[in-house]
Amino acid sequence: MKKAANFIEKAMNIIFTLCGFLAVAFVILITGFLLTSGMPAIGKIGITDFLFGTEWASTAATPSYGILPFILTSVYGTFGAIIIGVPLGLMCAIFVAKMAKTSIAKTVRTSVDLLSGIPSVVYGLVGMIIIVPLVREAFNLPDGANLFSAIIVLTVMILPSVISVSETAIRAVPKEYEEASLALGATKTETVFKVIVPAAKSGILTSVVLGIGRSIGEAMAVMMVSGNVANMPGLFKSVRFLTTAVASEMSYSSGLQREALFSIALVLFVFILIINLVLNLIVKKDKE
Amino acid sequence: MQDKISTKRKVKSAILNILMYLSSGIICLIFLGLVGYILYRGLPHITPQLLTSKPSLIRETVGILPNILNTIYIILITLVIVLPIGVGAAIYLNEYAENKRKVRIIELATETLSGIPSIIYGLVGMLIFVQFFSLGTSLLAGSLTLVIMTLPTVIRTTQESLKTVPQGYREGSLALGAGKWYMIRTVVLPSAIDGIVTGCILSIGRIVGESAALLFTAGMANEVLGLVDAVKPGNAGSSLTVALYMYAKERGEFEIAFAIAAILLVLTFVINLSAKLTAKMLKKKGAN
Repeated sequence: MKKAANFIEKAMNIIFTLCGFLAVAFVILITGFLLTSGMPAIGKIGITDFLFGTEWASTAATPSYGILPFILTSVYGTFGAIIIGVPLGLMCAIFVAKMAKTSIAKTVRTSVDLLSGIPSVVYGLVGMIIIVPLVREAFNLPDGANLFSAIIVLTVMILPSVISVSETAIRAVPKEYEEASLALGATKTETVFKVIVPAAKSGILTSVVLGIGRSIGEAMAVMMVSGNVANMPGLFKSVRFLTTAVASEMSYSSGLQREALFSIALVLFVFILIINLVLNLIVKKDKE
Repeated sequence: MQDKISTKRKVKSAILNILMYLSSGIICLIFLGLVGYILYRGLPHITPQLLTSKPSLIRETVGILPNILNTIYIILITLVIVLPIGVGAAIYLNEYAENKRKVRIIELATETLSGIPSIIYGLVGMLIFVQFFSLGTSLLAGSLTLVIMTLPTVIRTTQESLKTVPQGYREGSLALGAGKWYMIRTVVLPSAIDGIVTGCILSIGRIVGESAALLFTAGMANEVLGLVDAVKPGNAGSSLTVALYMYAKERGEFEIAFAIAAILLVLTFVINLSAKLTAKMLKKKGAN
């Protein structure tokens, strides 16, 4: 009887340990598969030609595989979304955390929560039907599916994470800071912007980095609004992101073209790892 | 008191206040506009025929029953696999692991997993499950891909809930002569059930909204499958999100796309609400 119980104890111990390390195994598996399928094409094309080549023509008679257009589009798109989304989101977060009445704050917070749960294809659909024609009309363009429309959609998509993370950070600032500032004669608004926001800056920074991660990794929504042409990026040009470059050709690709798509995914993965690293550094610094 | 504040300070405060109200207003407008527009365009097209049939070229009708079923199958298969693993990993982290470095490594791995964009999951899922394990483009391959993607969520919520179980429960149980596994099974797990449920709901939300990870793993087929066929390798099927994407981007049938979007929106709200309720219960327990 006791022996059996002992055996079960040991078995469960091993099973739980295995479950725990499965996450580590998954990370290694993903990294391994991406490296082994992404490296060959980079070797064949040449790393400088691949990363800094300005022309992507994978189906041409003499194909060229330069992904600089995709890298720059992803960077510009993300940058644009951050430039618009962060001030907007931060202002909203401050309002909800410090200025608004409880009932209003609750309403805004609920809307933000719901926004964050809407699937990206739904954002893409609405972008396709509303934003794209609107951009075409407003700027008198032949086609409204371009980088600008993608930036607008990405902005809306990163707002929820920017707002909820910065709001949490602002709320976590000790009450004494606020009281001290108010006691010294600062107005409520001055207190919020000169004392509370600076004190919450690492949390706000975290929200920005999360926003960058979300927008650089977004595929389906931008696929539906960015026009999907491998141009060098311009605000009103149809463009292709790193994510959409992978998604759009995957279904019919073969040979070196297919391998090159895996290499693009590898580049995207490296970007994400760098963003994760930055995030970790911020959190770590904050803890100290 | 008031007149000691210079006009310059007053103007500055006023501008900041206006910006705050403006930002929050814009965000609420975006939310209301988005939700209103989707429901307005989508709800009229949700007909019994749409919900209960499959697309038929002969009768020229469109139905999304296969997509509804596929989404349910993917949710079920994913949860059945991810729950034991995720809960097991959380138990290991909270109850078994004594080595801090091991815990740190696992936590780093889960953080990395949660930062990886879904398009990369889709690609790696295709490489691993569709090709390497030769499951073919199938619901099973799609679900397995989502298992890796939702694992961090399940681990995190379960762990949070395990942390709220008082240490006294464990000590009491062990003092009465229970083995560690018996203690976990009868005392710890029942008290942590709400965290597991929250993890479940959040995972369902993530699965319902997922599209990029399913495009190349679960495929685009629109056939009605039985539950038994759904778990067989090689049986492909598109989820609601993938179907939305295909109808909008590839076929330009926007009525159907908006009908699916409205369904997804309502589902998202229900999921969001239930997640909030269980999280509230969890918090209440933590406070006691």
